[in-house]
Formats: sequence, structure tokens, C-alpha cells
Amino acid sequence: MAEVTYLEGIRQALFEEMERDPNVFCLGEDIGAYGGAFKVTDGLLDRFGADRVIDTPISETGFVGAAAGAAHMGMRPVCEMQFIDFVSCAYSILTNYVATARYRAFLPCPMVVRGPSGGYVRGGPFHSQNPEAAFLHTPGLKIVYPATAGDAKGLMKAAIRDDDCVLFFEHKYLYRRIKEELPQGDHVVPIGKARVAREGTDLSIITYAATVWKSLEAAAQLEREDGLSVEVLDLRSLLPLDDEAIVATVRKTNRVLIVHEDTVTGGIAGEITARINDLAFEWLDAPVKRVAAHDVPLPYAPQLEDFVLPQVPDIVRAARWLAAY
Amino acid sequence: MAVTSALASDPAARAGLSRDQLLEIYYWMRLTRSLEERLVNLYRQTKVVGGLFRSLGQEACAVGSAYALRREDVLSPLIRNLGSMLVKGATPVEVVRQYMATGNSPTRGRELNIHFGDLQERNFVGQISHLGDMVPVMAGVTLSFKLRKEPRVGLVYVGDGATSTGAFHEGINFAAVQRCPLVVIAENNGYAYSTPTSRQCAAERLADKAVGYGIPGLRADGNDVLATFEVTKQAVDRARSGGGVTLIELMTYRRKGHAEHDNQSYVPAGEIERWAAENDPLDRYVERLTGEGVSVSELEGIDARVVQEIDRATDLAEGSPPPEPRDGLLGVYADPPSAAALWYREGLRTAVEQHERPASWGTHDG
Ligand SMILES: Cc1ncc(C[n+]2csc(CCOP(=O)(O)OP(=O)(O)O)c2C)c(N)n1
Repeated sequence: MAEVTYLEGIRQALFEEMERDPNVFCLGEDIGAYGGAFKVTDGLLDRFGADRVIDTPISETGFVGAAAGAAHMGMRPVCEMQFIDFVSCAYSILTNYVATARYRAFLPCPMVVRGPSGGYVRGGPFHSQNPEAAFLHTPGLKIVYPATAGDAKGLMKAAIRDDDCVLFFEHKYLYRRIKEELPQGDHVVPIGKARVAREGTDLSIITYAATVWKSLEAAAQLEREDGLSVEVLDLRSLLPLDDEAIVATVRKTNRVLIVHEDTVTGGIAGEITARINDLAFEWLDAPVKRVAAHDVPLPYAPQLEDFVLPQVPDIVRAARWLAAY
Repeated sequence: MAVTSALASDPAARAGLSRDQLLEIYYWMRLTRSLEERLVNLYRQTKVVGGLFRSLGQEACAVGSAYALRREDVLSPLIRNLGSMLVKGATPVEVVRQYMATGNSPTRGRELNIHFGDLQERNFVGQISHLGDMVPVMAGVTLSFKLRKEPRVGLVYVGDGATSTGAFHEGINFAAVQRCPLVVIAENNGYAYSTPTSRQCAAERLADKAVGYGIPGLRADGNDVLATFEVTKQAVDRARSGGGVTLIELMTYRRKGHAEHDNQSYVPAGEIERWAAENDPLDRYVERLTGEGVSVSELEGIDARVVQEIDRATDLAEGSPPPEPRDGLLGVYADPPSAAALWYREGLRTAVEQHERPASWGTHDG
């Protein structure tokens, strides 16, 4: 079977779910004839028509809110943010209306808000954001952020079938770089379950999205140069977090490095560290360390972006420090 | 579509401009077009970092409107308003450096393309990507003029697509209620990325939105640079004399894709060619100037000057250094945090610890 890119995995999931369930429909800017800025929705208009693949005005609050209303009525909308950076325009309706609807008013909001996120692509401060932590604090939302093509497809299917609102972050650096053969048939990856991307015994790297691949590269280097056996845990879901998998890897290696691309202060690593302290403190042989972006808006020039975002040598250095602790 | 303009009807009037001013307008339009053409070359040589955005065919909107401002007035451009920034004093070398992300670019490599400004000297504000957001910002800029009783005016551009955002609506409504000296130009170039204006807004004329805000809404031929100048001048004069906000819809056409990578497959066959052949703002203006007795060689003299300036700008930009990586840590706040960062990457202490207080901290003096 042919290999499929991360982007194609998402496209297939949208296609298959729209085939399966007539209540699923897509809305977003330029997603129809143009097929989306990154071509994730390419071909959907031809297959499903303009009623189910809706080109919207530039109105993130408007169409996310409309998605919520449709979801109350039993539809399953999938909203595309042209870049995830623009989800900030829909922040209020997502956090205030959508996230609280079930709790307050017993109103279901089965919808997906998806879009390209992340850096390493010279996109500058408004086309590189990782706003997951801004939503982590909102009970009522779910957040997934896949790193592989299979997970991109399987998690998208799960997100569309989920009875709550799922924020689906797609890493644009991975869109066409990551490929794999996908399982045949109805490939659904459950939300809330992490994945061991590499087995190891000396220390654990807990990470997600693009930094999974940076961490795997670092792990290979650490094995080669230091003889270290590094486990890499790919979280896949950020809300809910897979506490079981986190605790399991801590118990196994006793040393934890958390790596993410988002800025360090208020990033997800802080939350994971606290959970490890609560659930597995006795198993630690060293303080939990983190490698993340510096606390600045993401700059544009390659030299600056490379410096601000976490890179493989940063991960290697931190891992060595941990292993030697 | 029949484009009506309140003021373009009298070509002999020359919009009250002198011959030199008319030629200056030609210079700005030619500079805009030629500078973008140079950027295309640099883009093809992969010297541009990221995407490239053109205003081909829209130069008259940007130049004609910005020319209606005074030096002390403040302008907020968008991605297709390079011409307005040049009129306001942005230099070709700044633009090329921005696109090449050099260390001495106006944003020192932090921001891309024409996302830069200069509020100290030249009175233009750098945009952000989030569409519509500059409208409320300019409402605030012009509110400050009103509160301080300064006879200054603000001008903010939005595309047809950006008029759909909440920020546009909230900003213009606020400015209208406060009677801020603000001119809002909606540049209707037919498309927002791939979305035609008819799928953006059900109203036939964007200028009609003004009714809902209780302000005048005007529409003009955006490919006629003097019509653009005149309609903007009228709104600027109104704003300066305390008459509040005006919304202007300029009818134009985006002849290039959203950015260089966009192949415009969504555009009906022949549409672009028709605009290029029949309604190019530079061709139209040249025809007009020569019709009024300006010689072709005089215009060619200006073209040659433009090429020289762009050559020099390119040389300077190509000889510019890349940003110093650690500079990326500076300038988030006016002052450095009182304590050294609690967190640092292994092996890397932040610049806080290297210099007591870097000279450039918090400023944009590069
Ligand atoms: C709030 C927001 N949503 C989406 C985008 C992505 N985007 C960038 S430009 C663009 C189209 C803009 O169209 P228009 O306002 O008509 O300006 P034009 O490009 O035609 O000059 C879109 C959708 C954005 N920048 N901001």
C-alpha cells in the first residue's frame, strides 16, 4: 500500500467521515474550490457540494458560533482556521459559549475546530503559533495534536465522532514531511491515549506534535553517542492528558524531560510536571526538566526562529544533564 | 460593473494638484510597481524569506489615498498598500531588508514583508496579520487626536474580506460614535484569497455598510489615481474639520494571486487579462499625463531614477548582516525583567546574564 502524508491522512478522514455521516459538514475560508490554503479540503467540494463544504466570510467568531448552533441541532461541523493563529478571533465564543454549553444548559456541541499550527517554517509571529495552552485551561474543550500521519487520520475521525468540541491542531511543518502506510479500514485513534513512540529505559522524553520528531532524533543521537536508552512518549491528546501513560513512563525510567514547541511559561510542560509530582514523585531520580521555546513572540528571520524554538541540540543537552543527575 | 465616482468626472481639474505633484504621484506608483517586480526577482532567487504579496493593479488605491494625507497624519497600511507606505516615507531598502529578514531591517528580523511602521518620524503603524484589527487600533490613534485637539487625521485600509471581521465592525462603530477623525478605505479588489466579494458580503456595495454606522459611505474608481486622491481628500478634510469617520470603497482588481504561490485557478478565464489590458492604473495615468502635455521622456526619466533607487536598495539589502540570534530574546518588555529568567535552556543563559542591560533593550533603534 502507498505511503500517505500527514496532510493526506487528515483529508482522508474528512472524506470518509463525510461519506459515513451526512450530518458532517465543513466550513472555513477558501476551503471549497480552492481546497484550503494548504489543500487539506481539496476535492471535498466536488464530492459533497457547496452545501456541505462552505466557503465562509472572514468571520471566525461568526462561523465557529454558527457551527455551535448547528451542532446543537444534531449536525457535526468541522471548522477550518486558515491558520490556527486566527482561532484567537473565536476565543470568546469557544471558551465562553461552546465549552460551557453542555454543563450549563445540557446542550451538546459536537464540533471540530481544526487548523495548521506551529513553527519551523519561517511564518513569523502570526503564522506559527501554538495556542494549545490558551485552551488547556478551559474545561469543556478537548485538544488533540497528532505527530504521525496515522494519528492525524485516526484522531480526526475520533474528533468528528466525539460528542464534544475538539480543537484539532495540525502541525504544518509535518503536513508533507511525514509519511507512512496507514492501516486499512476504519482507522480510529481514541482521544486521550498517548503513544510510546520509542521504547527506552534510562530517561523519558514526553512531547507532542513536531517536537516528537526532534525528540526521536535526539534519542537516536543519545543512543549512538552516549549509549543512553531514551523513551519517547507522544501525548497525542493534550486535553484530557493520559496520566496513566505519563506515570508508566516515569516509573520505567525515573527521569523525565518534557519537550514542547510552545513558549515555556504557562506551557503544557508545567501542568505535566505538576501531575508527575502529584502522581509519581517517589519514582523520580531527578527533577523534571523542560525544553521549550523562549518566552518571546515567534520571530520571522531564520536565525531568530531557530534560536527561539527548541532544537535537537537543546534536547540532547538537557537529556545529558538529566542522565548525569 | 459600472463604477461611479463622485469626483473623477472632470479630468481637466487635475484634482487641484500642481504639475510637479502629478509627476510625484507617477513616481510613487512606478516605484511601487518596480519595487515589487524586484522583489519577485529576489523571491525567485530564494532570497526572500517566506511569501511575497503583490499589489499589481492596485497601486493607484494606495498611492492616491495616501497622497491626500499630511505629514502629521497617521496611516495604517495592509499587505497591498506598499505604495501608501512609500508615500509616507518608507524606503525601498527597508522593504527589501524586511523581505530578506536582515538584522538591520526595520523590525530587526522579527516581522515579515511590509509588517513594519514608524510612529516616531513618519507616522505609519505596522500591521498584524489578524485582519480587521488595525481598525480599532486606528480608532484609538484618532481618538487621541480628538482628545488632544490635534488637527491630525488617521487613515486605515481593509480589504473586502476584512470588512467581514468583527474587529472591523467594532472599530469603525466605535470611531463613528466618538466622531474620530478617521478615514476607512475598503479596497474592493474582487477577491479575498479565493473568495469573491459576492461570497463575502451580501450587500452589493461595501460603501453601503456606512449607513449602519451613521457615517458617509463613498465609492470611487480605485484604478484612477486622481479619483482616489480626490475622494480620500474629501474624507480627510471632513475628518480634520470635525466631521468624523468616512468609509470609502475603492473599486479595483487583484491581478496577482493572494501571494506568489497562488495560481488563481478560481478566477474566470480572461478576467485578469481584461483588467490588465483595459484598466491598468499606471497605463491609465500615463495616458492622462501625456494627454495633458507631459512628455514621454520626462516619464522615462522618472522610471530611470526609480530603477537606480531600487538597484541601490537591493545592493544595500544584500550586503546586510543576518540578525544576531540572541537579539531575538530582547525587547518583549520596555525593561528587562528584574530577575534573571528562572528557566533557561541547558548551556544557554539568557542575555540578561551576559550584559547588565543591553543597549538595545526594549527599543527599536536598529
Ligand atoms: C482574522 C483572519 N482570518 C484569516 C486570515 C487569513 N487571511 C489572510 S489574507 C486573507 C484574505 C484577505 O482578503 P482581503 O481582506 O479582501 O484583502 P486582499 O488580500 O484582497 O487585499 C485571509 C483570509 C487573517 N489574516 N486574519
